[in-house]
Amino acid sequence: MSKGNLTRRGVLKTGAVAGAGLVLPTYLRAQESGFTNAPTGSTVTLGFNVPQSGPYADEGADQLRAYELAVEHLNGEGDGGMMNTFSSKALQGNGILGKKVEYVTGDTQTKSDAARASAKSMIEKDGAIMITGGSSSGVAVAVQALCQEAGVIFMAGLTHSNDTTGKDKRANGFRHFFNSYMSGAALAPVLAANYGTDRKAYHLTADYNWGYTTEEAVRTSTEAMGWETVGTVLTPLTQTDFSSYITPVLQSDADVLVLNHYGGNMVNSLTNAVQFGLRDRVVNGKNFEIVVPLYSRLMAKGAGANVKGIFGSTNWHWSLQDDGSKAFVQSFGTKYGFPPSQAAHTVYCQMMLYADAVERAGSFAPCAVAEALEGFEFDGLGNGPTLYRAEDHQCFKDVLVVRGKENPTSEFDLLEVVEVTPVDQVTYAPDHPQFAGGALGTCNNGA
Amino acid sequence: MDAIILQILNGLDKGSAYALIALGLTLIFGTLGVVNFAHGALFMIGAFCAVTLSKLLTLSHTVIDETRTDFLGNPLKVEVPYVYDVFGQTTGDAIIDWAVPLSIFFAIPVMILIGVIMERGLIKHFYKRPHADQILVTFGLAIVLQEIIKYYYGANPIPTPAPEAFVGSFDFGALIGFEAGQIIYPYWRLVYFAFAAIIIGAVFAFLQFTTFGMVVRAGMADRETVGLLGINIDKRFTIMFGLAAAVAGLAGVMYTPINSPNYHMGMDFLVLSFVVVVVGGMGSLPGAVLAGFLLGILESFASMREVIDIIPGINQVVIYLVAIIILLTRPRGLMGRKGVMED
Repeated sequence: MSKGNLTRRGVLKTGAVAGAGLVLPTYLRAQESGFTNAPTGSTVTLGFNVPQSGPYADEGADQLRAYELAVEHLNGEGDGGMMNTFSSKALQGNGILGKKVEYVTGDTQTKSDAARASAKSMIEKDGAIMITGGSSSGVAVAVQALCQEAGVIFMAGLTHSNDTTGKDKRANGFRHFFNSYMSGAALAPVLAANYGTDRKAYHLTADYNWGYTTEEAVRTSTEAMGWETVGTVLTPLTQTDFSSYITPVLQSDADVLVLNHYGGNMVNSLTNAVQFGLRDRVVNGKNFEIVVPLYSRLMAKGAGANVKGIFGSTNWHWSLQDDGSKAFVQSFGTKYGFPPSQAAHTVYCQMMLYADAVERAGSFAPCAVAEALEGFEFDGLGNGPTLYRAEDHQCFKDVLVVRGKENPTSEFDLLEVVEVTPVDQVTYAPDHPQFAGGALGTCNNGA
Repeated sequence: MDAIILQILNGLDKGSAYALIALGLTLIFGTLGVVNFAHGALFMIGAFCAVTLSKLLTLSHTVIDETRTDFLGNPLKVEVPYVYDVFGQTTGDAIIDWAVPLSIFFAIPVMILIGVIMERGLIKHFYKRPHADQILVTFGLAIVLQEIIKYYYGANPIPTPAPEAFVGSFDFGALIGFEAGQIIYPYWRLVYFAFAAIIIGAVFAFLQFTTFGMVVRAGMADRETVGLLGINIDKRFTIMFGLAAAVAGLAGVMYTPINSPNYHMGMDFLVLSFVVVVVGGMGSLPGAVLAGFLLGILESFASMREVIDIIPGINQVVIYLVAIIILLTRPRGLMGRKGVMED
């Protein structure tokens, strides 16, 4: 047989290769429906991408609990939680657009590459139509970019860096959680009222994206009301003992230490600062103070008694007494036996907001969902009246300034809300310098 | 000047931890010839011995307090530690307060047992295998131990405070004639340094002045000849492994009030401890201690703002830079013996 002839085996081989080529990049292919992973049967699959291992595994576990609760409520099981208090009444408890909600989970490991890989797998292999989750800004930015390319909606979890809805914003990505700028804007007046306007601040900042934006936000806000920044030092993310960073503070004439740290970094740097007697110091005739811009109850637990009296900000706290918060705490607490964290709250809200937007849009198509979310005003989800701003896909709502409680009554009762900063005070222009440099682009249906 | 004294003091407690871990590492290497990457995990398990004892001491039964309510509005369930029932509230509180120092007595038998099981159960099968195999298996073991701890204790740090008596700091500056409040040093870190010095002294005394220690040292020098004299050197080496595990474990127990322990803390120390061993000289006990303190203090200096301002990022690489320089100029490390790791 000559080389140029067709053979049965050759045709089969070519056919198999061509077939495989068509099957593999499913999310890149145009589908009949016109968008990636359009649900065809009686169910719809969502992808929960949370840290199930690594340093934020406890946040991840709490987020998964909230997702499971949200799925129950969307499918009409349980007590309905915040679906009952949500101002939009589009959700009927019969799934989303009548399709039963199912889910797959991925482990971000709090690493950008692992998070992208797990999100990609959920989109391509499991047919997830929406990806949500994450407990780190690095991960959120990476997964958001992937979802934009793949043509699915990304509902960000716990991500506080300005960049997520600033220079790295994407048309397919949405954030309910607050950000560094809002923390700075909410904290500054409270700090001025409690510690005065003549203060010298020293910043220790985690050496990555979130650390930089938080330092910038807190610096700008506190300097605007008269504080002076006398030192800023970047600390490696892997640092465990901060004593050698804390002791130079003693040598400076600073009377406030701002810890732009999160997670284990925050626990250790705060513990070290208290050990070195910073809270007992008197400098420039004033008591030395410590500030932690982003608080989380799970982290406060790690730092133990060291958080007492220390100011910070948080997205939500279970002790809030509005109907939404009470309904959520009741529902979550009854199912799991303890109150939810802010990480759990924000992802539960994101689930409700996504499902509601699909119902209102009447379609799962990402661009239709994005349009329904843009400019959407709602209430009843625990943060008061909230706007999903169209220009940058950031939620604008009141911000909580909290303080470590002096006399906690239980292991959950670690923070007290000292002020609810009204949304107007934390709102900024879409082109604010701290958010400049990026563009939403156009939404991508993936088809 | 005061800044320099402060950074030296800072380096001491970090150096103490490095020295204690490196001491155990080099002891295992010197006796058994094994490169033990699970040594950091032993440090971490020691810390979790303290966490476990704290949890055991605060083990409680619930009493329902009808006058107060929990977060769901139900009557508050108040946890009353069993220790209160046995010793009364005042003594009970004191026992709970002293949980970390008390953990020493709990950790010693636990760590020796874990060390012996590790050596007999796994590591002895790798004596004759290349170092690369030993590294792989012990590193794997470290990950397994780490994940077990995470499964039971979660991923977030668990606060384990020092006894009330050691909270606060000591004004070292005032003692040596500086302005008050300029050079202060937490009491517990002083305790940690003193504790490390005692443990290091005890290990040296044990090896130097006991018959057991003499046999072990002889075995380290020439295992074969000691064996030919009819001494069961393997058994003694197993005990040494247990001892090294206990040293790492105690370093972990006492470290818990300095930084809240989490499952990953062993790995954070492991790599640096290896650098310490290599810089000190493989198999050299005084070398490990010297290098531990030296690198601890060096790391402290490198994280001073004045230094970072001149050479940004130096705080993250200084130890490795120094290690490279020392190994280039003294390939055996500071106090390494001829012939070790050179075959």
